[in-house]
Amino acid sequence: MSVKESTQKSALLASQARITPAEYIQNYIKRVSSGDLGSIPIILGLLLIAVIFQWQNENFLTARNFVNLIVQMAGITTIAYGVVFVLLLGEIDLSIGYVSAVAAVTMTLLLREPSGWPWYAAMGLALLAVAGIGLFQGLIVTRFQVPSFVVTLAGLLAWNGVVLIMIGGAGTVIIQDKVIIGIANYFLPAVWGWIIAVAAVGGFAVVQVRHVLNRQRHNLPVTPMVIVIAQIVGLAVLSGIVVYVANQDRGVPFVGVILLVFLAGLSFLATRTPFGRYVYAVGGNKEAARRAGIPVERIRVIVFMISSVMAGFGGIILASRLRSVDTAAGGGNLLLNSIAAAVIGGTSLFGGSGRVSSAVLGALVIASVENGMGLLGLSSGVKFVVTGLVLLIAVLVDALSRQSRSQSGLA
Amino acid sequence: MADHPLLELRGVSKRFGAVQALSKVDFETRAGEVMALVGDNGAGKSTLIKGIAGIYPFDEGEIYFDGNKVTIHGPRDAAALGIEVVYQDLALADNLDVVANMFLGREKKKSFWRLDEASMEKECVATLDSLSVTTLRSVRLPVASLSGGQRQAIAVAKAVMRNSRLVILDEPTAALGVAQTRQVLDLVRRLADKGLGVILISHNLHDIFEVADRITVLRLGQKVAQFVASETTQQEVVHAITAGTLSHVPGMVVEE
Ligand SMILES: Nc1ncnc2c1ncn2[C@@H]1O[C@H](COP(=O)(O)OP(=O)(O)OP(=O)(O)O)[C@@H](O)[C@H]1O
Ligand SMILES: [Mg+2]
Repeated sequence: MSVKESTQKSALLASQARITPAEYIQNYIKRVSSGDLGSIPIILGLLLIAVIFQWQNENFLTARNFVNLIVQMAGITTIAYGVVFVLLLGEIDLSIGYVSAVAAVTMTLLLREPSGWPWYAAMGLALLAVAGIGLFQGLIVTRFQVPSFVVTLAGLLAWNGVVLIMIGGAGTVIIQDKVIIGIANYFLPAVWGWIIAVAAVGGFAVVQVRHVLNRQRHNLPVTPMVIVIAQIVGLAVLSGIVVYVANQDRGVPFVGVILLVFLAGLSFLATRTPFGRYVYAVGGNKEAARRAGIPVERIRVIVFMISSVMAGFGGIILASRLRSVDTAAGGGNLLLNSIAAAVIGGTSLFGGSGRVSSAVLGALVIASVENGMGLLGLSSGVKFVVTGLVLLIAVLVDALSRQSRSQSGLA
Repeated sequence: MADHPLLELRGVSKRFGAVQALSKVDFETRAGEVMALVGDNGAGKSTLIKGIAGIYPFDEGEIYFDGNKVTIHGPRDAAALGIEVVYQDLALADNLDVVANMFLGREKKKSFWRLDEASMEKECVATLDSLSVTTLRSVRLPVASLSGGQRQAIAVAKAVMRNSRLVILDEPTAALGVAQTRQVLDLVRRLADKGLGVILISHNLHDIFEVADRITVLRLGQKVAQFVASETTQQEVVHAITAGTLSHVPGMVVEE
């Protein structure tokens, strides 16, 4: 028995211990062909979009338009970061559009005379206010067991009203604070673009290599070093291209750096911390999470707060870009674009699966379509139709890959 | 074997709307023994163990653990006492991998609120090895991609990995093939021999007679019999399950 056990003991470990680069690539291909497509469809989609628009209008792939694109996608991306967390739970937050406007308007009114607050105080209080909104909506959803769809739909209406009341007769309120305007209108000097790219790639490299070394120390199976280095080099090349192209025009937009910081911070939260683990667990199997002693209701409330606060940041970025807020703030298709961004990027509407980075990819698709159609001078009617089609395709790709995964036993 | 029971329930009842799932049940189990809990579908077995595990409170009755009266308000209270449950409906999160499921709710942490993935994975592999669970390709696969037997093994391993004193298994072999059933039963016996208390729910009397020391029979929410396994027969147990004498009419609200 003990002899048999010890040979078996090594069996489980040994089967995993050494993975050669070839095996790693084989495993990857196996995963993809069984339907686990990851980010492949969306990257193909982005290439397709780029080719079509460039073919129709040679201004699409220019440095100037590239920099524009980053600024254009910033607001949606930031809001969509929060949406990812809500969708991971299998919930929805329809209030984010007008919650973003509540933050923007609150901040703008505080900046303006007679209050004349400094930018950090105005921004801080605005974000605190929307955190309170998230807390309130989250508590109602959890305490009274009302579907989040309904609670946040009520929020959509009510916060729209609050925005109108706050702006009052003014119609439009101009932002004059330099720092706030700079959020979406400042571009980094060329050197700083490079410094940040090096820091980002370096940070990524350190994290990845330390991860591998740590697992090696524990005798656990590791991703082959060649693959890790290839990933780092890939990121370096990509960031190099981004910074180089941006520097041909005005430089890397400051708001791009903000997006990056959020991406890193929220990805860390989602994948490396117990909190993130609990969000996935609640979205995957709420009952299992409850039985494991996870404070399910508290997690849900916190996620609604994250959603509101990210919407608040997004609203501030959008206001900065316009250098003003008006009665239309938070309206239009901001809400739907933000949710669509997370879904197009690959976050499931059914909870439990998705990544923070899907917000970036999805927002990039949506902003590219809008931007490209704008260049072609197409009406907003056509824009909506095309964006709708893109969303539909994204959901279909997800559904199809889910089907083929369940057929190959990887549902 | 200790002379006082490891776990003792006195007069516990549980009602779901019109259904009296448990009425005035007394139940006990000792450290180092396998106590089988049997009864027909809907007899109240799962309800009994969910009450012990803190999934929901009993409507009335008392719980003694190690001779001390305790209150169990939630899964964390049960875990703090050293009570671990493997549920019939498994309670695994399909979207999480094996390691994440094994440590769910009790993650190991390191500085900066980070999960200590490496040491969790190591301990997970060690536990699976010690239970001779060798059919997994990787502990980093989502649980959704595992077979029923593999999932059951993960659920059992999850309960065993904690330093538990009482392990409760709700039909752990229902979905398993012959070889894996064998392994789980061996495992159940090993747990008891290590001095843990084990409550085993099963519809398979053959399995039960193989590993159980004593057998408690529930029928329509009431305890109708308790046997010492070596002193009874399958026929006797079957008779209690299907026709055991009820002390009061089922469905009627029990008044003090
Ligand atoms: N959450 C619940 N809500 C309402 N009724 C319930 C609930 N849980 C159990 N019941 C009812 O309580 C009774 C006992 O159910 P329980 O699940 O404990 O039976 P069981 O002995 O585990 O049966 P099985 O062998 O089928 O697993 C059943 O009539 C069941 O319908
Ligand atoms: Mg049951």
